[in-house]
Order: sequence, then structure tokens, then C-alpha cells
Amino acid sequence: MMRKVRADLHVHTCLSPCADTQMQATAIVKQAKEVGLDMIGICDHNSAENVAAVAKAGLREGLAVIPGMEITSSEEVHILGLFNTEQDLMHLQDMVYKNLAGQNDNQVFGPQTIIDEWDRVVGTNPKLLIGATALTVEQIVEAIHRWAGLAIASHVDRERFSLIGQLGFIPEGLKLDAVEVSMASSIRQEYGYPVVTSSDAHFLEDIGKSSTCFMIEDVSVDEINKALRNEMGRRIILN
Amino acid sequence: MKLTELIQKLNLDVRSAKDSLQREVTGGYASDLLSDVLAHSKEGNLWITLQIHHNIVAVASMKDLAGIVLVNGREPEQETIEKAEAENIAIMVTEMPTFELVGRLYGLGVTGTE
Repeated sequence: MMRKVRADLHVHTCLSPCADTQMQATAIVKQAKEVGLDMIGICDHNSAENVAAVAKAGLREGLAVIPGMEITSSEEVHILGLFNTEQDLMHLQDMVYKNLAGQNDNQVFGPQTIIDEWDRVVGTNPKLLIGATALTVEQIVEAIHRWAGLAIASHVDRERFSLIGQLGFIPEGLKLDAVEVSMASSIRQEYGYPVVTSSDAHFLEDIGKSSTCFMIEDVSVDEINKALRNEMGRRIILN
Repeated sequence: MKLTELIQKLNLDVRSAKDSLQREVTGGYASDLLSDVLAHSKEGNLWITLQIHHNIVAVASMKDLAGIVLVNGREPEQETIEKAEAENIAIMVTEMPTFELVGRLYGLGVTGTE
């Protein structure tokens, strides 16, 4: 049975140094439900260590949580990877960590707090998550696909850290599954790829400010993939 | 000034399009944001960047730039070299950082405004 699913596929947590410290599992899930979302994607910078916490909190409250990460390429382009399972995502995280140099200074960039599903602090990530990996955009897209994920170029309608801002235009032959725009109005623009819009929320009040509606059967990355390709009646609903 | 003179004076290493070095350099542009280079560089400019992605060739070709210098000892990706050969865009490399290279270019009379 197909239904309309409202998704904000790009939400940060308190693990991202630039995100608000209130971006914790229960608060994110509560806010997402309040603003009428059915599904969120958790995509912190170069790490996925809070995905499990938010996923468990979401399960408790009936909110679908997609495991994801926002990877910074060597060209300083942000790419989202969204996965079917946390195990797939962990393979990508291993690769990202091997290619990410530097230590975080939380006085300068902000804290990188790892929490559990009840928002209890369980650790701190010491890596320089705000930094760029040594991986090119092509290598990142290939790695995401190797572990059956969706590769989406982040906020291409912005200048900072966007594929089009950094590299001028979308590199020929790049096998993106979609591009993400920040402004809902950009969703009708022609990029040569399916377009989704999400909030890139770093603060609770921004969750769901931009979202994409999918007509899909259940809340999974495979179903989103079908919707992006207009397969088997799945589709993006423009509102 | 011709590209070939700058290469000699600054000891740049040429990585592609060795037969395009007689080109006249009209000025310089330094930026690592390719969208910015598309918007603001001028025909005949020598472009200084640390980006090595193959999109730099398309940008240089579209804007008809005199060539690209990669700084900090960065080497172009293989695909970048192939595209640069096909498009006849000279790519040069140097160990110098951007600030130093731009200063020396300015000293040789290559300026950023017309």
C-alpha cells in the first residue's frame, strides 16, 4: 500500500561540532514528530556515531531514521550517503576515518558528543570531523554505492561546501542518485539529476524546515531509491 | 608576457599541453572555488589554484584561460591530465604556496586587474 511519506533526509546531531548541543536523540525525534515528519536521515560530518542513538529513539516513538553521513571530499564538497543498514554505514565510516587527518579543538570548532538513545553522554569523538577527507567526490560516490547506499550531493544551491560551488558544475559522469537543495523553491530547477530538499538542520527549530514528500510503500532507502527513479509507481511528490 | 617566460623565471613544471606555452598571459586569477573562477576570471588569465579535480580543465577551457598553476606541490589527477591534453590546456605545478607564487607573478608584471 503506497503512502505519502514526508522526509527530512539531512539532520545533524550534537556529534557535528557546528551543530547545537541540544541536537540530541530524544529532542530530535520529538521535534521531527511535532513538525509532521515521517522519516529523517541522520547525517553528521564524517562520522556516524550518533546514528544508532537516534535510530533507537525513533523506533521507540515511531519515527523512521535513515542511517547516513555527510562526507567532506578533498575538494571540500559535501556528499550525503544514506544506507539501508547501520552495518553498511560502518564500512563507509571505517574508510572515512582512515582518510581523515587532524584532531578536533572543541574550543574552536565545538564539541563532538556521542550520546545514547536517552541522550546520555557516552563519549567524545576526538577526530577533526569538520575537516576534509583525502577522498575525491568520485571516490566517495563509488564507496557509497559499494555498500548499497544513495549518494546525494548536499545543498548544491549554496556556495559553501557544495559540489557546484566548489567545482563549478556537476562533474561529467558522476553517478549521483540525487542532488539536494536547501531552498524548497529550488526543487523545480533542472540539475540533470533527481532533486530532493532537506533542512541540513543544525538546530532543533530547523528540523523539517525543508522536506521532501515521497510516495512509497515503506520507509527505507530502497523505496526512496525507487522514488528517485520513478520506478513501480514510487515518486517524489512536489507540493 | 608569454607563458613560457613565466615558466622559466618561476621554475614551474609543465604537466600538460607542452605545445600551448607560447600563449600570452593577460593577468592572473587566484581562487579555489571553481564557481568563482567561472564568474570572475578573464580570458588569457593564468589561474592559480590547489584544486586538482578534472573540472579545472573545463573551467579553464570555458573561460579561455592561458593556463593553470597548481600550488603546494599538488599533482593533477590522471583524468585531469588526460582532459588537459585533449583540451590543450597547460597545467603547471610548483612547490610554492599561493601567496608566494602570486607575489612573484606580480613582481614580474602579471596583475589582477586590467
